[in-house]
Amino acid sequence: MTLKKFAVTFALGSMALLTAGATVSTAQSHVNSPDPLLGTPSVATETSNIDGITGHAESGKHLYRRFCIGCHGPDGNGQGMNAQWIDPKPRDFTEATFKCRSTPTGTLPTDEDLYNAITRGFVTTNMPSWRPLNPQQRADLVAFIKTWSPRWAKEKPGASLNIPPETAITIESILHGRELFQKLECWKCHGPEGHADGPSASTLTDSKGNPILPFNFSTGERFMCGDSNRDLYRIFMTGLDGSPMPSFADVIQPNDAWDLVHFLRTLQVALPNQELTLWQTYKAAHGKDLKPIGPDSAGGAQ
Amino acid sequence: MPTKFREGANPMNIKWSRWKTILTCAFLVLAIVLCDARAASALPAGKVIALPMFARKYGLPCSACHTAWPELNNFGQVFRDNGYQLMNDRDSPIWQNPSYFPISFRITPSWHRETTTNQQVDSVPGNGLGDGIGTLTQAGFDLSGMDLWSGGTLYKNISFILLPSSDPTAVWHFESAFIRFDNLWHSPWLNVKFGRFELDNLISEKRFLFLSANGGLYQIYHFDNPGSSNNFGYGDNQIGVELAGHSANSYTRYSVSVLSSNEGGVNFTTDVVPGGTPSNRSYDVNLAFSQAFNAPGTPGESGFGLERVGAFAYIGQRPTNYETELGTQLVGINNKPFFRIGFAGDLSYKNLELMPLFIYGHDNPYLGAGVPSTAPLPPGAQAPTFYGGFLEAHYYFNPQNVALARFEQINVGQQAFTNTSFGGSNGNITAVSFGYRWYPIMFSRAGVALDGEFSRVRTIGQEPESGNGTGVVGNPTGAVWSNSIYFGIDFDF
Ligand code: HEC
Ligand code: HEC
Repeated sequence: MTLKKFAVTFALGSMALLTAGATVSTAQSHVNSPDPLLGTPSVATETSNIDGITGHAESGKHLYRRFCIGCHGPDGNGQGMNAQWIDPKPRDFTEATFKCRSTPTGTLPTDEDLYNAITRGFVTTNMPSWRPLNPQQRADLVAFIKTWSPRWAKEKPGASLNIPPETAITIESILHGRELFQKLECWKCHGPEGHADGPSASTLTDSKGNPILPFNFSTGERFMCGDSNRDLYRIFMTGLDGSPMPSFADVIQPNDAWDLVHFLRTLQVALPNQELTLWQTYKAAHGKDLKPIGPDSAGGAQ
Repeated sequence: MPTKFREGANPMNIKWSRWKTILTCAFLVLAIVLCDARAASALPAGKVIALPMFARKYGLPCSACHTAWPELNNFGQVFRDNGYQLMNDRDSPIWQNPSYFPISFRITPSWHRETTTNQQVDSVPGNGLGDGIGTLTQAGFDLSGMDLWSGGTLYKNISFILLPSSDPTAVWHFESAFIRFDNLWHSPWLNVKFGRFELDNLISEKRFLFLSANGGLYQIYHFDNPGSSNNFGYGDNQIGVELAGHSANSYTRYSVSVLSSNEGGVNFTTDVVPGGTPSNRSYDVNLAFSQAFNAPGTPGESGFGLERVGAFAYIGQRPTNYETELGTQLVGINNKPFFRIGFAGDLSYKNLELMPLFIYGHDNPYLGAGVPSTAPLPPGAQAPTFYGGFLEAHYYFNPQNVALARFEQINVGQQAFTNTSFGGSNGNITAVSFGYRWYPIMFSRAGVALDGEFSRVRTIGQEPESGNGTGVVGNPTGAVWSNSIYFGIDFDF
């Protein structure tokens, strides 16, 4: 009898301990991350549409909990438990401000833009490529992300940038692109050689007040918003909202934009490319005649 | 009725042991139920644990790579296939803060109870005769071995794993140690691994969810025909080089490895701790291929997820004789071949994951008979074969809670001798395991999993536990039942 009692007490005691432990851990974690993803009313209904796939926020919610919550946070505000260690900070979805868009600056991105960003990841940041998830899952995540901000209910995404066919890669095109780089003052941030060392480079902050560096073209790193010439075209035409990188859609003519693309490629000295080869040959012969890019240069700037 | 309590110490012997069992089970079930209720209602979500050295490096939640730690999902598979890289422009260790050190520890304190029937015992303790047959039961608190993981990148596209591992008494060995050259010629299809590593098994026994003595292994990954001198097991890490490749999303995967024929042994022996028999000088080959696909049907509505199927084969050889010096074995010679082939799957439907596996094994008769191939085969010797597999099921209530079940069956197809005194079923194994894992803590810096298991294994007519307890094969249908009840707290950081 006494043994039985002892056993019962022991078992109950252990259970009590365990429960207490769980309660404490729950209470503690509660401080940092409240009950996860209770969801906004739109979780039930929000959808996304990508190339014939319909994403559902309700399914996206489970995926978000598994894959994204540690960075983007239980409230979608970019304050997941790992955020404190991460630079640049995870995106705050409650602001609905996105970097990689095909739509004009200030507008919401298309579903496809978000889908592409999730698929591609941000190669110079902690944001991984989620290509290993299947297309349906990625579409579901897009739908879920849109439930974090009321903007998605009120506004429509902007119109996608229309990108004309690429013009020929010629030395004239590159030279004209170089003039634009000077004239539009890309160098002020990105530096005359694209080394991210322009006069303003060290002063920049993003929309959350965090210091941010311009892109360094010379290291061999890839662009966050896509690898191809079309991606590059889109990057400076629509800008990276939330960062100091402006949109130039209002100041660059569509075909001129291709010239700038061709020139920017020549700055990527660690990534072999066609433009670079052409440029290096040209520079070997005519390097002396080129006016250096920068404040004192009249080269191309009025 | 054998019992581990001293005569007279407890007059309620039988009742007490029954009570013990009942209470233990109740405790486990209740603990699990309570835990689950808590998890479902209030816990913060999405923090399953990974090898925290990787999770820390990339700031990822553990559940990103693991269906349930330590089992990998496709994201984790791609990460692993890429050489523990996310393939961004920050994989190289130069991007890490100098104070970052790629090390993780893992160990599991536990309580468990092991029972084995039909064991040879002394009928009177201490008589030294081995003249009785009895059931052995042992129970109490215990420790697992410890893993001291370290791994990551040495440079972009050069990765490594170093895993010193100990048994519970802190005898250490190198469980894994390899360097891997990733994405040769910028192609994910070409990666070369060099060192000691786990075979490219579609269903990994190193990253699986069972821990108990009977359930914590796949029987078929360690099965060899009774009496065979072959020691190969799919579950054992091997030593050699592996060429492997995968599509960008790892849906398609292949690997070819060339391995020393010594069961992963080091120092030219067949073991990783001192005392192994000497190895031979030959090589084995392992081939693996798998393909995953998104099941047909309206995506998102059919309930099917990513489905993977694959096939594999191992062609090896083992010595049947040794060069000797004054009788001491020096080098294995007179190798004879064996092979294993099989297929496996990793299938999902909604929250259910199903993992079937089948293997057929075939040894040369000399390996079965265990005699030098220079001598004639003993009468009746024949090629030993076996076949079997398992079906494992996981049900994921959410990333923090998973219920597990597995059924295994292995049949000996052909015994090593035609004229055995025991039946054709000698060596057959049937095993069932059930478990539940709850992950209360899933930070990317540390993880804790509570693990409850019950596992039962039936082995037929194995010497000396032959069923009549004499150590002499007499009862062809005698079966040994081994049961594990296990409760552990698995943690790593
Ligand atoms: C390891 C941390 C981490 C995880 C996990 C993570 N992200 Fe991110 N994510 C980031 C960071 C950091 C950024 C911001 C990068 C920047 O601003 O340059 C980001 C940005 C984004 C953006 C913004 C895209 C844009 O154009 O501005 C989206 C969308 C996004 N993440 C979706 C997801 C989804 C969906 C998941 C889960 C499947 C996820 N992230 C998981 C770190 C993470
Ligand atoms: C006010 C400073 C500033 C100016 C002017 C500027 N940029 Fe940027 N740019 C940035 C910053 C900052 C980033 C990095 C944004 C980030 O990391 O989120 C950036 C990033 C980029 C990127 C890389 C985007 C990616 O996807 O990784 C390109 C390409 C680029 N800029 C091109 C240009 C061009 C072309 C011009 C001139 C037409 C220009 N920038 C003018 C600040 C500037």
